[in-house]
Amino acid sequence: MFSFLLSRIISFLIVVLGVVTLVFSLIHIVPGDPIQVILGESATIADQQALRNTLGLDKPLFEQWYSYLFQVIQGDLGTSLLSKESIIDMLWQRIPATIELALAGLLIAILIAVPLGCLAAIRQNTFYDQGAMLFSLLGVSIPNFWLGPLFILLFSVTLGWLPISGRESWQSLILPALTLGTALAAILARMIRATVLEVLHEDYIRTARAKGLSEFNVIIHHALRNAALPIITILGLQLGALLAGAVITETIFAWPGIGQLTIEAIQKRDYSVIQACVLLISLTYVIVNTFTDILYAWLDPRVRYRV
Amino acid sequence: MFKWQIIIPSSLLLIWLLIAVTAPWLPLQPDKITLSHILQTPSSISWLGYDDLGRHVADRLIMGARTSFFVAFWVVLVSLTIGTLIGMISGFLGGYVDLIIMKIIDIFLAFPGILLAIALSGLLGPGIENVVFALSIVGWVGFARLARAQTLSLRQREHVLAALSLGATLPRLLRYHILPLLIAPLIIEATFGIAGVVIAEAGLSFLGLGVQPPAASWGSMIRDGSNYMLVAPHIVLAPGIALLLIVLSVNMLGDRLRDQLDVKKQKD
Repeated sequence: MFSFLLSRIISFLIVVLGVVTLVFSLIHIVPGDPIQVILGESATIADQQALRNTLGLDKPLFEQWYSYLFQVIQGDLGTSLLSKESIIDMLWQRIPATIELALAGLLIAILIAVPLGCLAAIRQNTFYDQGAMLFSLLGVSIPNFWLGPLFILLFSVTLGWLPISGRESWQSLILPALTLGTALAAILARMIRATVLEVLHEDYIRTARAKGLSEFNVIIHHALRNAALPIITILGLQLGALLAGAVITETIFAWPGIGQLTIEAIQKRDYSVIQACVLLISLTYVIVNTFTDILYAWLDPRVRYRV
Repeated sequence: MFKWQIIIPSSLLLIWLLIAVTAPWLPLQPDKITLSHILQTPSSISWLGYDDLGRHVADRLIMGARTSFFVAFWVVLVSLTIGTLIGMISGFLGGYVDLIIMKIIDIFLAFPGILLAIALSGLLGPGIENVVFALSIVGWVGFARLARAQTLSLRQREHVLAALSLGATLPRLLRYHILPLLIAPLIIEATFGIAGVVIAEAGLSFLGLGVQPPAASWGSMIRDGSNYMLVAPHIVLAPGIALLLIVLSVNMLGDRLRDQLDVKKQKD
């Protein structure tokens, strides 16, 4: 276990270093001079020079990278170019909303996908299976920026049950979570079906059936428990899809999270905020994935020895 | 099994292709503004009605089809070429080269979904070339991983070892002995890649990061239309349905193709 842990941590550190480097280099791919883009055509040479100095863009590239890396390690993401607010504070204000949305979306996805995937696997090649897989195919093919407006049209505009956008009450969470959760549920249902199908062919399932357990007991206690491990891994990996989907979903519903902040920053060309948002989302994803890997290895000894 | 499951999606994709290629020669007026027709719902004169500026939705839908086809074609072509080449080299050479390339791939995979593409096209500014560039930067990784994994298992095959012992050079080995055996899985990956890129392009345009107005994209049509959903739902419905049909068709064909080419499954 120790050597597994060590190899995971080393690889985690390399990836984090790479991600920080890539995010750092984002500002250098801006076509032309980023300073001119930020300040506009009419800025004086002195103003330009001052901003260049503040951002450190007049130093050698390696030195810029080095100081960016150390700032990030110390948790200093700088200040917004426009509002001069501390970026860390801006992020802290937005993080609760995104966590709330992501968890609600995940919950909806699990609530839909687990029963649907199991049903499809148990009744393989029947009407139920085909129906579940059709749902899954549709869910994967409907983009959330279309589904969101459709939900608004149906539940807010026509039926008037739920608020259109914003984050005032718990009701305003329902539509964004549903939009985010459905796409994930579609992918999950498919994977859960495949995993349960594989488990159902194992000897211990035959044994469980042979000793006369009810089909319900076989599924809940014998099949799902063994299928749980791969499903946990899939969930960890899908968290990325959830975070990326949150960017678009938050924009549709004016949900004040990290995703909306990212898009706002892009529209205002606030480069340091864009960098910070991208860094936060991808680092969260890497951390969750590393934890999933370690959890998997801890729960299933076979994984550790393979390394 | 069911013939229609192949015929319907293939015909839809064929129509998409034909429309996208012939659009410049069709008598379309996607940018013509008629103020008296603003937000008019579908009628016999204009089957899909008019948008918030009084432009034909049908004409813009066709130009949007061209945009999404153009982006999908170039992104998949570029990602497929670069990804396959890098993946084959990584898998075949192994050792440090493989280790470094795998780490680079891991770093790119650390950016979930189209986040990196959103950031890139946000920084580069709107424009169809920037969309192609941003989505290719994200897209090559999938092909590289697939090509690497397949090359790793192919490297020890007898015909490759035979060619190696006969003194075949690396380019020759990859071109004539590895690549032909990679084509089937790569085609499947590319098919699903098309669906992903079509959604991603529309998503970027929805966020205002795709093609620049007045050029049409299904994503920007959905965004513009969502402000008028109560009075003119057709502006959102038309591009959404078009998008859904294309992505659904591609995914259905991809599933079929995977079942067809998966030798392991056929034996069952």
